[in-house]
Amino acid sequence: MNMGQTVAEKILSRHSGRDVFAGDLTIVDVDGVMASDTTAPLTIRAFQDMGGEKVWDSSKVTFVIDHASPPPNELIANLHALMREFANEQNIKLYDVGEGICHQLMIEKKHVKPGELILGADSHTCTYGALGAFSTGVGSTDLAGVLLTGKTWLKVPESIKIELSGTLSEGISAKDLILYLVGQLGIDGANYKSIEFTGEAIEQLTLDSRMTIANMAIEMGAKAGLVSTIGLSLDYPFETIEPDLDAVYDLVYQFDVSKLEPQISIPHSPDEVRNISEVIGVPIQQAFLGSCTNGRLVDLHEAAAILKGKKIHSEVRMLIAPASKDVFLQALKDGTVEDLTEAGATFLTSGCGPCVGTHLGVPGNNETVISSSNRNFRGRMGNRNSNVYLASPAVVAYSALLGKIADPRFVLEEEVVCR
Amino acid sequence: MQVKGIAHVYGDDIDTDRIIPGKYTKTLNVQDMAAHVLEDLDPEFRSRVKVGDILVGGNNFGCGSSREQAPLALKAAGVSVVIAKSFARIFYRNAINIGLPLIEIPNHKIQNQEEISVELETGRVNNLTANNEYFGAKMPEVMIQILNSGGLAAYLKENKSYTL
Repeated sequence: MNMGQTVAEKILSRHSGRDVFAGDLTIVDVDGVMASDTTAPLTIRAFQDMGGEKVWDSSKVTFVIDHASPPPNELIANLHALMREFANEQNIKLYDVGEGICHQLMIEKKHVKPGELILGADSHTCTYGALGAFSTGVGSTDLAGVLLTGKTWLKVPESIKIELSGTLSEGISAKDLILYLVGQLGIDGANYKSIEFTGEAIEQLTLDSRMTIANMAIEMGAKAGLVSTIGLSLDYPFETIEPDLDAVYDLVYQFDVSKLEPQISIPHSPDEVRNISEVIGVPIQQAFLGSCTNGRLVDLHEAAAILKGKKIHSEVRMLIAPASKDVFLQALKDGTVEDLTEAGATFLTSGCGPCVGTHLGVPGNNETVISSSNRNFRGRMGNRNSNVYLASPAVVAYSALLGKIADPRFVLEEEVVCR
Repeated sequence: MQVKGIAHVYGDDIDTDRIIPGKYTKTLNVQDMAAHVLEDLDPEFRSRVKVGDILVGGNNFGCGSSREQAPLALKAAGVSVVIAKSFARIFYRNAINIGLPLIEIPNHKIQNQEEISVELETGRVNNLTANNEYFGAKMPEVMIQILNSGGLAAYLKENKSYTL
């Protein structure tokens, strides 16, 4: 019997050597793996506990030092040294301090391609769904299992289809769109499932914007967030994998994005999403632009368009961590770094920075942060007595300028009037 | 194997940042992780929990980060089993992989400080205080094998590969 397949079922079938469908348990061949400095040390130990000597294929393994980078203390410095030692022994590619955020590097340096199956010991590994790869986060020991065998076991997920029609308005970005969807589906709205993002609103998006969308699929609990590759432009040829017409979906959502206004996630969960009009005017003390969600060149450009020639509010610290050294270099060359620095922002090392709450921008008690990152769970940025709001780069920049949460569409209107 | 302990009950969507904050994850020493377990959710938990106690959650327990330090910290703090209405996907795998048993019971009504006994093989849960019982959802066979081996590292050391 031939049955239609979703994109997830197609990719997992190719990696299983047989046709598999939602609910099937399967053993899959893995195309690549990644671990960061939060997870690689435990992975190395688990690999050794398994009796591992050589990893199955060193060309398919990537290590990245980005979560606590450069190391804030000797304990972490020694964990970084452990990663370097293992990577050297095993001939594994390691991106060291300052090279960038793991998920940015995996795509930027072409460690992942459309249609592949990638596992990463970081929950935002789902980001590679931006280019149509089935990628999912696992823990350190699961990753060690792949280092040993080149395989893992998976349950083939049911799929949810999200069809997006219309066009995003001026000043509205992919971040507003994904925050809206997280608010609609909820923090476990796609638990164990694969999401397919499709429709004309998706087809118009650049790779950077698609990465922002796929990145936050985990904020709905999804195993993978597959963005349709229709309309995607890459600098190498690739195959577009489309679902069969009779593929079976657990749920289908349809949204028109045309009238979307800027979205904000309020403390203390990413799915507590509001229209910006409901939270305008909340005073902020810190603004963070960066993370695997929104630390790319387009995001820095959005902020610079608002802040160029102006000064951020005197009571706000604005911290920027470019997603990679390449992003930083491009922003340096095109004047963006200068514009943002003159406006009062401080540039941090490319990496996860304040998002994970280890160092480089832990907020004080009762302080409020507006952040372009992906999570605002209590204590996420390192202090349980602080509040974190999540928003687009434009909202972060305009709020930094005014010292309170502000709607960046007003700055666009101002400019129209001036002309 | 049977375990018996006091229930510590929390609500829905307990995320891994609250199970162990990111700033305490950069270590290989599980006791250092345990020292901060659930710190941002309930600062008193660490001093109250006794070896063998049972952690009980609502829906979507363990959502968020893929940090395996979350189940490691719970296990090192003495938690013998976690019962929840549902679990987030990555946490579920991680807990089994490091040998921390989980039982999913969508309709449980376990209250704080009740005495609970759990039969791990069958997933049978007895609430000794309320005098009622539940049966947990059955895990895939591969997960039962991993748990019986004591975790994925021991499973793969013995078997060298996965068997479904």
